[in-house]
Amino acid sequence: MSEQHSPPDSVGILVPSGMLGAGFSPDTITRGVALGADVIAVDGGSTDSGAHYLGTGVAKTTELAVRRDLRLLLAAASTAGIPLIVGSCGTSGTDSGVTWVAGIVEAICREDGLELSVATIFSEQHPDQLIAELRAGRVHALPPSSPLDAATLAGCEHIVAMMGHEPIERALRAGVDVVLAGRATDTAVSAAFPLMRGMPPGPTWHAAKIIECGGQCTTDPRSGGVFARIDSTGFTIEPLDPDAACTPTSVAAHMLYETVNPYTMREPGGTIEVADATYTALDHRTVRVEGSRFDPAEQYTVKLEGAAVTGYETVSFTGIRDPQVLGSIDEWAEFLQKTLTERVETVLELPTDAWGSDLRLYGYNAILGDLDPAPATPQEVGVMLLISADDQQTATAISKLANPLLLHLPLPTMSYLPSFAFATSPAHIDRGPAYEFVLNHVLDVDSPTQIFRLRMPERSDA
Amino acid sequence: MPEASTGARTLGDLALEVRSKNAGPFWMTLEAFMPDARTYSIADALITPELISELYQVAPASLQIFRIPALHVVKVSFPRPIVQGSLHDRDMHAGQHHVPLASVLVGAREPGST
Repeated sequence: MSEQHSPPDSVGILVPSGMLGAGFSPDTITRGVALGADVIAVDGGSTDSGAHYLGTGVAKTTELAVRRDLRLLLAAASTAGIPLIVGSCGTSGTDSGVTWVAGIVEAICREDGLELSVATIFSEQHPDQLIAELRAGRVHALPPSSPLDAATLAGCEHIVAMMGHEPIERALRAGVDVVLAGRATDTAVSAAFPLMRGMPPGPTWHAAKIIECGGQCTTDPRSGGVFARIDSTGFTIEPLDPDAACTPTSVAAHMLYETVNPYTMREPGGTIEVADATYTALDHRTVRVEGSRFDPAEQYTVKLEGAAVTGYETVSFTGIRDPQVLGSIDEWAEFLQKTLTERVETVLELPTDAWGSDLRLYGYNAILGDLDPAPATPQEVGVMLLISADDQQTATAISKLANPLLLHLPLPTMSYLPSFAFATSPAHIDRGPAYEFVLNHVLDVDSPTQIFRLRMPERSDA
Repeated sequence: MPEASTGARTLGDLALEVRSKNAGPFWMTLEAFMPDARTYSIADALITPELISELYQVAPASLQIFRIPALHVVKVSFPRPIVQGSLHDRDMHAGQHHVPLASVLVGAREPGST
């Protein structure tokens, strides 16, 4: 596969959905293959649901959903003889996520009699190595974060580096059928194959950004996948759901989605520039995009993601329907915080800086808090009390002290004890460790592939 | 509060959609999708660094505002004031933080409004 071919005229990419495990209609694949897909690419990850998944190395998606999607994708790759690329396996792209997806793939191939060669790429990084890089001045903060310190790296449960397209391309050039990548940029997953085939970087990276969320760039974001065809001057894009459409507006607007800046996007090896791109309707559901650029960077950088435990949490929940209490709900909440703080000091002998709490009044102003434009007197309120402490035992103990208050605390002016509506018994649930993303930094690397470990298939099977 | 009976009164009433979302774990982004050039010009004039700073209690210098007449969109990005997933983060995806912007009254500023 490594010998030189002249580039094809175009490369077709089938993206079945925005995330592996999200589900899609089998017709999505049939249509994409009929349109002449040269590669199937799907993202398996996201940071959007929080640091828990990176912190624990466990996927957000359920195994049965991932298995169902992979079964359809592997069958299509096998029948059509085109590669399948999965990026950011297991939500966060930890080594455990790659191994998890690889295990599912292996089982499906065995059960369905598919003879596919599978490469895995691991992107988890050891803190000691990164501390050495930090000391060598090769780790830099991205806005709005501060420069990194070694203790932050050492405190991470897991650290992943986001690969560009090069490690994936390396596996593809070796001729494998399936690439299961650890943490990768959303775009690298789709860009790797067309770049390998000699498609120009500007249209390739822009197309990869537009299709990474599947149907999000169409008039029906809940529709299934999308198909993009990249050529020497641009790309065309259409939905795989015949009832959905790509319009110049729906495609252009996708550059807004979950981006800070809609015109430029940094990739490991350079910057996607789409300010001069033009979007033209070819028909009622297909859009042509030209004029996108990719400006190579002087220094190749990979972004780091790390999750650290910030404490152990317990969540309690009660419901208030009594209009008298609801009429003074701010006062009640303040009284609860004050009473609980006193109880914790008296009973557990814990100072206020040894634990944390967040009292949320759902139905009143829980979501926006002080930013809420106009919270009215609510009809009912769900009270969530979130407690954080250095260990689970303490968080649980504080929550048990809070239990009678969440059940009976009156307003300071009331002369009797009300009883509120616990939703469950017990009213609290231990959440275990809580995680935050603590890295927003990039690492200078000399080689795009060096820190990503490629494992090629063994030739003994099948 | 919006008063539907007297016609469009808030930015959200005029817009096709006002939305918010994380842009990675450390940033939040807001977008007002307006239906046409006339309403875009209203949103464009309304959405200033001062307004966003006041609504979201963030420093004006931290804001990035993108005005995109071709799409009738004004987009605003700023660092998340509360870190995603921290004890006091009540909106993991920042998906409900469009409401302060959507609730801004525009009726008085809209030329030709009834």
